[in-house]
Amino acid sequence: MKDGATRDGYGAALIELGASNPDVVVLDSGVSDSSRTKPFGQEFPERFFNMGISEGDMVCTAAGLATTGKIPFATSFACFLLGRSMDQILVSVAYSNTNVKLAGTHSGIAVGEDGPSAQMVVDLAYTRAIPNMIVVQPADWEEARQATHALAEYKGPAYLRLGRGKLKGLYDSSHKFELGKGHVVKKGKEVVIFATGSMLQESMEAMKELQKENITPTLVNISTLKPIDSALIIQLAKEHKAVITAEDHNKFGGLGDAVGDVLLENNIHAAFKKIAVNDQFAETGTAAQLYEKYGLSASHVVKAVKEVLT
Amino acid sequence: MQGATTATDEISQLEEIAREIRRTSLQIIHRAGSGHPGGSLSATDIVTDLFFGGIMKYDPKNPKDPDRDRFLLSKGHASGLHFTTLAKAGFFPEKELESYRKINSPLFLSGHAHPKTPGVEIASGSLGQGLSVAHGIALGARLDSRNYKVYVVLGDGELQEGQIWEAAMSAAKFKSTNLTAIVDYNKVCQDNLTQDLKDLEPLEDKWRAFGWDTHRIDGHNMQEIHKTLKMPAHAEKPRVIIADTIKGKGVSFMEGQTAWHGVAPSTEDLEKALKELE
Repeated sequence: MKDGATRDGYGAALIELGASNPDVVVLDSGVSDSSRTKPFGQEFPERFFNMGISEGDMVCTAAGLATTGKIPFATSFACFLLGRSMDQILVSVAYSNTNVKLAGTHSGIAVGEDGPSAQMVVDLAYTRAIPNMIVVQPADWEEARQATHALAEYKGPAYLRLGRGKLKGLYDSSHKFELGKGHVVKKGKEVVIFATGSMLQESMEAMKELQKENITPTLVNISTLKPIDSALIIQLAKEHKAVITAEDHNKFGGLGDAVGDVLLENNIHAAFKKIAVNDQFAETGTAAQLYEKYGLSASHVVKAVKEVLT
Repeated sequence: MQGATTATDEISQLEEIAREIRRTSLQIIHRAGSGHPGGSLSATDIVTDLFFGGIMKYDPKNPKDPDRDRFLLSKGHASGLHFTTLAKAGFFPEKELESYRKINSPLFLSGHAHPKTPGVEIASGSLGQGLSVAHGIALGARLDSRNYKVYVVLGDGELQEGQIWEAAMSAAKFKSTNLTAIVDYNKVCQDNLTQDLKDLEPLEDKWRAFGWDTHRIDGHNMQEIHKTLKMPAHAEKPRVIIADTIKGKGVSFMEGQTAWHGVAPSTEDLEKALKELE
């Protein structure tokens, strides 16, 4: 199992795709060193378009390329990719149904010291609300690599949510990422935690603590947020007393709402708790400090599990 | 002399097609009860020459031909003009125009175009996006070593959008010589004259400064339009043709009026307009 940031898994997959799929092209908006598209650009310069700091132009250029049969990965920091290009994504990508992959790196408050203007915590709400758009957030390096391959195969608009920070490896190459499928990381009882992205790592830490007190929740990786794996959520919610969701995103519009919708629409009544950013802008600080202060660290997962059990 | 005569005949034929397109555009906007006549009429002569003057190569029976020249109408509100032109060019029967802006339109003839309609490359409706999309297509042509050309018609008001200038920088950077932008410079926006809303001048200087092969023409002089569109591509610059036009061109009471930006003509107005366009 390889430790690493999901942006690094993405960059590694792009290099593989560059060699295996001549239709894959990559666009960046002047952050190719941070977003990890630079190696692709060095290896396949004719298929790499650094559009400069103009995300709207980049997204529409990607849409144009897609109409010619290319598979463009348009890449930037999540805050700018979504923030600067919502209209372009709506009209030229989603409504036009062009085969554009939007890769947003540096998502969540885990970005850290650059502060709240760089900490994208509303992108899941944005993208989940867009018709034709699927939404994927991998939990480690390997899953990011596989998800990138899967999105190159999938025909249609997609948002790939990636992170800056190094995450502990959760999967090795024998794992088979499947679009639209949740993955049960650990089967336990009483409480089921549906986590996404970096919150898998926090949840794994929390499970170790809880184990000491003989509390053994089930942990599920929801890496496809849309379409969400309703069948798995329904089944597991029925088998447990309480449901917890965990995400580095605002509490509105992300994983918590997606899981909550599935429960409500299927008339499933379970104790329910969201671990998410509490509808506020965070501040500067290290990722670990921010996770502790803003309610996302392993200790908060432990607390939430205990709360829903009492 | 023979050649000159033929050319003159061709020009007058194009002018007749343009009159016919103007008539039909107004008729379908009238039937729909809503739409954008002013900006459809101003861009008609340019679009007519692209489709009927032998400028663009396309096969209406094979609208997805990978070698087709591409046409994008970035000022998507002129969909009355766009759909009329596509129908007359044979992409679909003219009868389909009856469903323009109507629910359950079989070919999705929406207020702003969408690629579900044969001959439409990308959705429009939000100004400022078309030049970037067109440039993406131009880059695709280069990657595939295909020789097709990409034409995009921009509105003048739309040049107030920052993204146009982002795309202008991009196309110059990538030396996309297979891209031609035509500005339908009709000087009138929805609620104001362009110069009062946010003046574009000096417009030629702006495009030149952004690295484009820049031309300025009378956008209602078919001879001039045709001559300019026929020019071989520049060796390393994308091309922009600033076409001075008149909003509502061809209908005296619509010309130069903001009021006719987004209002359908009444039956009486339509009759008057059609008489002027005979």
